[in-house]
Amino acid sequence: MSRVLMRGNEAIAEAAIRAGLKCYFSYPITPQGELVEYMARELPKRGGVFLQAESEVAAINMVYGAAAAGVRTMTSSSSPGNSLKQEGISYLAGARLPAVIVNVMRGGPGLGNIAPAQGDYFQATKGGGHGDYRLIVLAPSTVPEAAQLVMLAFDLSDRYRVPAMILTDGMLGQMMEPVELPPPVDEATIPEKPWALTGAKGRPPNVVRSFELEPRKLKEMNLVLQETYREIEENEVRWEEVETEDAEILLVAHGTVGRIVKTVVRQARKEGIKAGLLRPISLWPFPYGPLRRLAERVPTVLTVELSAGQMWEDVRLAVEGRAKTPFFGELGGVVPTPREILSEVKKHVPA
Amino acid sequence: MELGVIFAGFGGQGILLAGKVLARAGMDQGLEVTWLPSYGPEMRGGTANCTVVLADQPIGSPIVDAPRALVAMNLPSLDRFEPRVAAEGLIVYNGSLIPRDPKREDVQGIPVPVNDIARELGNARVINMVALGALVRASGVVPLEAVVAAMAREMRERGRDRLIEINRQALERGFNEAEKLLGDR
Repeated sequence: MSRVLMRGNEAIAEAAIRAGLKCYFSYPITPQGELVEYMARELPKRGGVFLQAESEVAAINMVYGAAAAGVRTMTSSSSPGNSLKQEGISYLAGARLPAVIVNVMRGGPGLGNIAPAQGDYFQATKGGGHGDYRLIVLAPSTVPEAAQLVMLAFDLSDRYRVPAMILTDGMLGQMMEPVELPPPVDEATIPEKPWALTGAKGRPPNVVRSFELEPRKLKEMNLVLQETYREIEENEVRWEEVETEDAEILLVAHGTVGRIVKTVVRQARKEGIKAGLLRPISLWPFPYGPLRRLAERVPTVLTVELSAGQMWEDVRLAVEGRAKTPFFGELGGVVPTPREILSEVKKHVPA
Repeated sequence: MELGVIFAGFGGQGILLAGKVLARAGMDQGLEVTWLPSYGPEMRGGTANCTVVLADQPIGSPIVDAPRALVAMNLPSLDRFEPRVAAEGLIVYNGSLIPRDPKREDVQGIPVPVNDIARELGNARVINMVALGALVRASGVVPLEAVVAAMAREMRERGRDRLIEINRQALERGFNEAEKLLGDR
């Protein structure tokens, strides 16, 4: 299998089709327009349904319907459009429906702009919709990793019956990089969904809903969700470490910032600064344990983000005072260069 | 080895395509590559730029502080990016439109009259390939044949087979122009 030069948005779309995507619904928005275009062009040719909905609210509810019918389904958007989907996402979570939601983040709040940002971290990881629910949130830092994580997102979402989100930004959506695409999933290997609404002929009817008037019964439904979330926290924490063995300063960064920090680590080491990187790949479940273990021996843990410090809160929860936890963030779609991050690193290591 | 290149010019000068062809040629040579466009509202009628990184190891940042090479197709691009070019770096600039030489003395300037050459070739739109040809010679990062092959595949995929020959000529003319200036270096 040879390498293909692809945009992040296109690689996400192609990987989803290879994962057995059957129904894709969305409403276009920059900077993820190429994802919608790719789906419009390719999905119908390959046995799936592409539908441009009249709004993001419609799109997420179409996802609900397709998920309830038991097929692999996805929607994608960028920050403001993703905000519109939050009610539907909460319903998916409540009804235990698997689906993949892609958010190619841009500058906010409000209409903001179309430049790369990471300001939707809270929304993705702490529940942007109502109620006690979680999403599996995966944050790719390269185009090939985006393709990989999309396929993983479908598998995890099916396995746990929890919606999964790919949280990335306009830089990854727009940039091109060589990708070696994984072969299409053999659909016979996708596990059966005995709970799905497939026609009740010869069996008792299934019910898919998030609604339960009786508090004790709704509590039971919630306890099932909570039990599932504990299981996910146990099994699905993913992260990458770079040069952490002897690090005197540990940087924590996710997504595209995570890859920029890899260059920072390399440059810092050239200048004799022992820098390392922990890059959370699953933002939920967050790698609290691995970070806590590193904070036992690294005196400084510097969080770098394209936000005012959203992931920083999780970093501090993990570190719990074991190390100093400075923060460096950019806002409004501004992306720091390696040199800018390196000069921030230098403020926190003894000269 | 890691080479960062910024391509910059007016929207419509084929900046993004020139960068993509170089990235594709690098990939075909087994290198790691990234291609990062400016995708803001500035694309509409204003300036366009993209950053290409080619490396023999996994690429961290697709954003480059100090590119080893700059391809400037107009004066605003030279004004904006010249200060960022790495020391000992090179600047391929459009001699047809840019009335000045680089101010820096620690970089190699390579003036190429890309509009004049493209006009001689009979298609004003191949200026991007003339500039890319010059960059390929000056940087030596990938062989010209690899770039020609990548361009041809790109044209074929866009249903523009008939433009392969003129773009090949444009790449060669740019390459030879830099050859004249650089000689045996």
